[in-house]
Amino acid sequence: MDNEKLGTAIVITSGKGGVGKTTTSANIGTGLAILGKSVVILDADIGLRNLDVVMGLENRIVYDIVDVVEGNCRLKQGLIRDKRFEKLYLLPAAQTRDKSAVKPEQMKELVDELKEDFDYIIIDSPAGIEQGFQYSIAGADIAVIVTTPEISAVRDADRVIGILEAKGLNNPKLIINRIRPEMVKRGDMMNRDDIEDILAIGLLGIVPDDEEIVISTNKGEPAVIERKSHAGNAYMNIAKRIIGEEVELLDIESSEEGKFSKILKMLFGK
Amino acid sequence: MDLFKIFGKKQEKSKNVAKERLKLVLVHDRSDLSPQLLEMMKTDIIRVITEYADIDEEGLDIKVTRMKKDGDITPVSALVANIPITKIKDNK
Repeated sequence: MDNEKLGTAIVITSGKGGVGKTTTSANIGTGLAILGKSVVILDADIGLRNLDVVMGLENRIVYDIVDVVEGNCRLKQGLIRDKRFEKLYLLPAAQTRDKSAVKPEQMKELVDELKEDFDYIIIDSPAGIEQGFQYSIAGADIAVIVTTPEISAVRDADRVIGILEAKGLNNPKLIINRIRPEMVKRGDMMNRDDIEDILAIGLLGIVPDDEEIVISTNKGEPAVIERKSHAGNAYMNIAKRIIGEEVELLDIESSEEGKFSKILKMLFGK
Repeated sequence: MDLFKIFGKKQEKSKNVAKERLKLVLVHDRSDLSPQLLEMMKTDIIRVITEYADIDEEGLDIKVTRMKKDGDITPVSALVANIPITKIKDNK
């Protein structure tokens, strides 16, 4: 390709399903595009495609990731341009295939090729730790773990962190999703410190549980665009931290008073 | 073992219950020690010790737990064995 850009590939993963990987991928990717970066969001959940509807791009799909990998189309043809941001693209998952359709080496090759032309490749991993997870992490430089403040999600996150480290993907970053400040205050929900204490990895952000996420998903417009919600703002802060800005945790993000400025010196400034 | 005792019997905050339960399951998740492997280790440890002493097998307690080493913040997994000795054998 032309001049080497060498972007950064970030895999969004969790182990447990339903914690918000796809929503997080869509919002981080869109947030980075708002910040002027060129971005591809790659839906790696073959057979259970969803990023297209979350992004509101379901009507534009012609080819998918399996078509690209199998050579039925060129990479450029497989990419779908976002409606709102011209430097934002989606590479959709195949819906009628399964996870055996892509091998880790093929994925790595694909991601490496994308890195030549884009600043960030956001890979939305499927739930689980099997095949789909294995190829999702194959081309990634950085892993972001999404968890919710529930015992099952944190346990699975811990497992995934162990597997990532065994695969040489060190220093994963944590996003705590769907935190409910009033429950944290009552002592009925694990807070940021509890979860950080257990998982012992760096925190990238905290996203409050927010009805606006349901509404924005209904409309196919990631919440980070309007930013009239706490969750939308939290995702924008995460995008800023990824590009190396130091952003303090929001009031709503911080679980206890005075816990503000334990701010992460983000190491994404690669 | 009795982490719950520290907090007393009164209205336990449910997040603390979650945290303690989580810590306990993670000890097992994180160590690659399967229950079978632990059982095999137990048998071997007993075999070695009984060469030197009679032990109370009923009172035997061997488990994987988590503890902090001095000057270290992150806890590490540790094998803790509590083996009551009833009589030291005279091997001379």
